[in-house]
Amino acid sequence: MQQVPNKLTPFFENLNFERDDNTMVINFGPQHPSAHGQLRLVLELDGEQVVKAYPDIGYLHRGIEKMAENMTYNEFLPTTDRLDYIASTSNNYAYALAVEKLLGIEAPRRAQVIRTMLLELNRIISHLFFIATHALDVGAMSVFLYAFREREYAMDLMEDYCGARLTHSAVRIGGVPLDLPKGWIENLAAFCDKVDHEVEHTYEALLSQNRIWRMRLEDVGVISAEDALNWGCTGPMLRGSGVKYDIRKEEPYELYSELDFDIPVSDRCDSYGRYRLYMQEMRESTKILRQLMPMYAKSDSQLMAHAPQYISAPKEQIMTQNYALMQHFVLVTQGMRPPKGEVYVPTESPKGELGFYIKSEGEPYAYRLKCRAPSFFHTGLLQEILVGTYIADVVTIIGTTNIVFGEVDR
Amino acid sequence: MAQHQVNYASTAGLPIALTSVDKLVNWGRSNSLWPLTYGLACCAIEMMASGDSRYDFDRMGTIFRASPRQADVMILAGTLSKKHSEFARRLYDQMTEPKWVISMGSCANTGGMFNTYATVQGVDRIIPVDIYLPGCAPRPETLQYAMMMLQKKIRKESANMNKNTKQDLTHQTGKRARLI
Repeated sequence: MQQVPNKLTPFFENLNFERDDNTMVINFGPQHPSAHGQLRLVLELDGEQVVKAYPDIGYLHRGIEKMAENMTYNEFLPTTDRLDYIASTSNNYAYALAVEKLLGIEAPRRAQVIRTMLLELNRIISHLFFIATHALDVGAMSVFLYAFREREYAMDLMEDYCGARLTHSAVRIGGVPLDLPKGWIENLAAFCDKVDHEVEHTYEALLSQNRIWRMRLEDVGVISAEDALNWGCTGPMLRGSGVKYDIRKEEPYELYSELDFDIPVSDRCDSYGRYRLYMQEMRESTKILRQLMPMYAKSDSQLMAHAPQYISAPKEQIMTQNYALMQHFVLVTQGMRPPKGEVYVPTESPKGELGFYIKSEGEPYAYRLKCRAPSFFHTGLLQEILVGTYIADVVTIIGTTNIVFGEVDR
Repeated sequence: MAQHQVNYASTAGLPIALTSVDKLVNWGRSNSLWPLTYGLACCAIEMMASGDSRYDFDRMGTIFRASPRQADVMILAGTLSKKHSEFARRLYDQMTEPKWVISMGSCANTGGMFNTYATVQGVDRIIPVDIYLPGCAPRPETLQYAMMMLQKKIRKESANMNKNTKQDLTHQTGKRARLI
């Protein structure tokens, strides 16, 4: 029976399900503890098997891209926190990098070291969150509690640096606002040891050989390399299908070309392989962080790029030099005016390729800003990989895609 | 004769003050507040963090429930979009009385930084709110403090549910409204 849109079935009015057979349509979300935010799925079931899945998005649409058109470049930066709110700094950074490329400036060495540190720290925060929620969805509550324990230590480090736990705004266009506080590096080193220890002795010890965990993850959510490429998957979703693609290696930005790290790849193509991949990536992140610590000591203390046309001078100069004060006044009241042009810069966020496209007309406001968020593509993939699976595996598959609705709906 | 006839069912007022019963009922209600897992955006992450190992919400008798039928408190954590507002109202209606609402974060309070075409400018336009919790995003400690404030509020309320029905306030006049 073809569904006819009417007042009695307002929620299905855009959907057409062929319901000649004995299938049942059920609604999943948007308020569901395993929906990772506000995902709504309309599932057509044949018994316990999913025949058709329809992800419905837009429940967290906040008009962020439109807001960017009415805000100066510096004003918009805190808004990017709210895209992928689990790893805020990776959004701040992707946006700042795109604007820097538009302006044609480069952050000084110390700022680059701090930024790379924050990016990798955010990767660990995000991956810990992934393993926490994924394990909770599948039923391993204690892993959730353990992973959040370590995540709090990482949040402490972020808080020591920028003062915020969740919405960091820790990166500025042209550099970073602050130097690392005293003792931060030592805390970071201790945290790295802790993460390495916990990954091996807590999460992997609890999960990797756990019979239930393996039964629920192995051969669930299988994505072939071809499918992953066709659906625009990036990040762990693509690497979990055996494609060795990481923007940190393909198009190195920041200090990644100088750092020695591996790109973990899994050929299993299933949720279990992806879980192993996430664990491995956390180890690589601590490896990167350890390499960055001596680099920080060697760098000199400049934090913001020197570009008087776009970026205010340091505070001492503003207070002592007339010209610096005038520049600062113009930049604060009017905003920086980048040259005309358009730019797209991809970065490897914890979830995949996060890039900002900015079109500038030479005004203090972007003419158009587009955010290419990895989770959006992974949500689209759900309609492909959920078909044929059982209803109990749906939350496992949503968990393994690691989607965040802030950046899906924007 | 019966000058002070009281209709116990409709006028909500019992002729005697049940102070001890009030205390007992409110002790039970305020110490077993079960919130609905209603994470909408960034604040949901802090809501999860407050339920976790370091902040440990369970010690306050606060256990998150996934179903509105089992929940007493709705913590609206995050930006409420216009598309979602209908669901928020429906979930609130599905909760059993007595029920309370905590609006968590700037977005839920006033729309916050998202003054756009897509967002509801404050959840109090959709459902009645008991506690407004400022911050973007509020720290887990502040959510726990909000919960303590709510407990305080509940302890002051009457155990008789009819008196506390918030949405009925607007329809009442005269003696009933003064009672409340």
